[in-house]
Amino acid sequence: MALLEVTGLSKRFGGFVALDGIDLSVLEGERVGLIGPNGSGKSTLVNCICGTLANETGSVRFDGQRMDGLLTHERTRRGMARSFQLPRPFVTLTVADNLRVPLLYTVNARASSSLKSADIHTRCAELLQLVGLAEKAAKLPRDLTQVEMRKLELARAMAAEPKLLIADESMAGLSQSEVDDIVALLIRLNERGITILLIEHIMRAVMRFSQRLVVLVSGRKIADGLPDAVIRDAEVEKAYLGQ
Amino acid sequence: MLRKASSLGSAWGECVGLSFDLLINALIAGILLGGFYTAVTIGVSISFGILDIVNIAHPAFIILGSYIAYIININFGVDPIVISIVMLPAFYLLGAGIYQIYYEAFERRGQESLRGLSFFFGLLFVTEVTLILVFGVDYRYVEASYIGPSWRIGVMDFPLRMLVPCVAALALFVALQLFLSRTFIGRAISAVAQDQLALRLMAASPTRIKRIAFGISIATTAVAGALLIIIQPVEPSVGREYIGRVFAICVFGGLGSLPGTVIGAMLIGIVESFTATFYGPSWAPAVAFGVLLLTLAFRPAGLLGR
Amino acid sequence: MRNFVFLLVCVAVAIVVFFAARMLHNDYIFFAGYTVLQFIVLATAWNILGGYTGYVNFGSAAFFAMGAYATVFFHKLYPQPIPVLIVIGGIVSGIVGFGMGYLTLRLRGAFFAIATLALAVVLQTFVVNWDYVGGSRGAYIIRPNENALVGPYIQYLFVLMLALVVIALVCARVIERSQLGYGFATIRDDELAAEACGVPTLRLKLIATTLSGALMGMAGAPFPYYIGYLQPSSAFGLEYAVNSIAMPMIGGTTSWVGPLIGAILLGSLQQIATVTISSAVNLLIVGLLLIAFVIVAPNGIVGLVQDTLRPRAK
Repeated sequence: MALLEVTGLSKRFGGFVALDGIDLSVLEGERVGLIGPNGSGKSTLVNCICGTLANETGSVRFDGQRMDGLLTHERTRRGMARSFQLPRPFVTLTVADNLRVPLLYTVNARASSSLKSADIHTRCAELLQLVGLAEKAAKLPRDLTQVEMRKLELARAMAAEPKLLIADESMAGLSQSEVDDIVALLIRLNERGITILLIEHIMRAVMRFSQRLVVLVSGRKIADGLPDAVIRDAEVEKAYLGQ
Repeated sequence: MLRKASSLGSAWGECVGLSFDLLINALIAGILLGGFYTAVTIGVSISFGILDIVNIAHPAFIILGSYIAYIININFGVDPIVISIVMLPAFYLLGAGIYQIYYEAFERRGQESLRGLSFFFGLLFVTEVTLILVFGVDYRYVEASYIGPSWRIGVMDFPLRMLVPCVAALALFVALQLFLSRTFIGRAISAVAQDQLALRLMAASPTRIKRIAFGISIATTAVAGALLIIIQPVEPSVGREYIGRVFAICVFGGLGSLPGTVIGAMLIGIVESFTATFYGPSWAPAVAFGVLLLTLAFRPAGLLGR
Repeated sequence: MRNFVFLLVCVAVAIVVFFAARMLHNDYIFFAGYTVLQFIVLATAWNILGGYTGYVNFGSAAFFAMGAYATVFFHKLYPQPIPVLIVIGGIVSGIVGFGMGYLTLRLRGAFFAIATLALAVVLQTFVVNWDYVGGSRGAYIIRPNENALVGPYIQYLFVLMLALVVIALVCARVIERSQLGYGFATIRDDELAAEACGVPTLRLKLIATTLSGALMGMAGAPFPYYIGYLQPSSAFGLEYAVNSIAMPMIGGTTSWVGPLIGAILLGSLQQIATVTISSAVNLLIVGLLLIAFVIVAPNGIVGLVQDTLRPRAK
């Protein structure tokens, strides 16, 4: 069953066509990687899927329902979470409170759950432990390193208990071992049942992580299949890897 | 030929029961007013449309320009428009200086919205109160040979005190449009909104370009101020009426588009003129507000916006 | 300190303030004090929107004046006791706040701010043209000499404003510490990220705008009785616009304490200054202080105090 079904999605900015008829489906439980050169439209696609931008044509179906017109926070409450390419923490809130926000506003807003404040506290602590930020719980985001901010960004997306997690270039600037850590973390999450769409530049991470690989170039999808096959595809080599 | 058209129009008007004279003159007044509004708004087109800086103190600088034109005109008899051209460099430097403070204090720290707005509000406020302290709340006006007489063509009336500022404003627009499209700095300014990285690669500092742009934006207020005091008497709180108008025209015309600003200014000028003629002048400020709200609600990109 | 305890403390302080003022046997204290209390309410109300969510309202005078003119309207139509007028003022201003918010809050904060400025001008035009409430000539409100419960009428007004201060401060503190407060803070910090975390930003902004407007309207409702002769230029006056912003910005915008400190300090200074220097110079100083604080001490006095007590270690 396709959890996420993007059909014929197009987005223009004035005269510039950022996305041209994108079709993408992500099955429940899958690990999909999305790659493409800078400016190919990856983040625009994420923004359209999440409702931050409005697409001109095409549709987004999530969990069997059309997402047209739904605001971003409604999509998040239905189970779609994303992290941002450039971390956007809440700068006046502590690290722990940053995680509290999705717990209060997404998890608690779902009819099926009602977390007490003690539960919220516990879950914050668990998440921080999971990403390795437990000691920094009471700090402000400005006291974190770049790496730690990226981890916070991911943790915050995870705190929303999503069915689909879209991770937008969460590993830029990390060292090799840090990259491996995050990939391992994401695979663990996937084993718990979370579908993950990973947008990345770091090929090593993408290859290790993805069960399926999609390539976007200049707003068009040019490849979609098994990772080993895709990177050997001639068009992909020419457009992306070959240079 | 114009006489024939106007007499035909009068006949039509009598049939329809409207006063053709009133209509046509309201239209003319609206167009002339719209031309003047172009001068008032063009600076904001640059500072808000291109640089994305919400300078709500823009009208305060216009009033400052009006008062400077007033003092020099009253004491030395120099034509207000000439005064404003002489004052251009001073206003430019003022603008560049303010941008520098704004940049150091807010833009660099990424705190533009609340603090930046409050900063400009503070400037607006301090300017108005200072003018009250120095000049009091009496209305001030300038004297020039073209304030008073009008050209008449048939029933059409072109008051020179509105025609001259309209022409001057359109000249200002043409000059700026040429500058932005033909000179290196002008094109860099247009580009700075879109691609700061490319600008840096061309060895132009975005900060410097923005400072120049903001300086130009404030320099236009010198001219707008002189034109304002030609059209109407001025007192310190007049600026506040213009805040809504200026941003309404900018948004309606389309952010970042100078031609859009002209068209927006004309249209709003015409609607205001008709409103003033048929419903009374005190409702004119509400027109701009209404247009602003409608634009934001239905077509936030405006007429020619990016 | 739990919220209920805070409420009791506020009420206790209010009672003490009132009786202390009475002991001074000088009605001027009540006249001047009323103005300061009014500013506390306005500053706190402004801060609920401006400080907590980051959306700047430049038209505080409009919301204040609407409360005042609602009172004038009812005074002529069907006089009501002031507490009822306060509620009416709150409702009127709240509705306008909601309406304006609905039209402009889906867009950037800058457009909302501009719309509030334009609103103030338009409303003033409307009132100036409305003869029933006096138009530009103004309206006289004869205030009674005495109030049965409290004594001299000015003391009655003072008590009412004290009550509004308690309401405003408790409101602000309750919000700050609640889930709503977190939501507001995320809107201020990063609205896009807030949406992505499930925060219904538009709804929360509307709540803030409505509440803020309502409180300002409530502060304006007793004003005609205080001043006796209400003109549009005084109701829509410059001092309300600038003080509603300057007081929280100078005091500190992140908590309920900031507007309180800012209002007490600036309000008292202005009362003293108006007597000694002209009121225009006084406003000029407020404007300059606003600019200075915004540049140099963006977190206000509260921020400065916090920074000296807890130096940041990196």
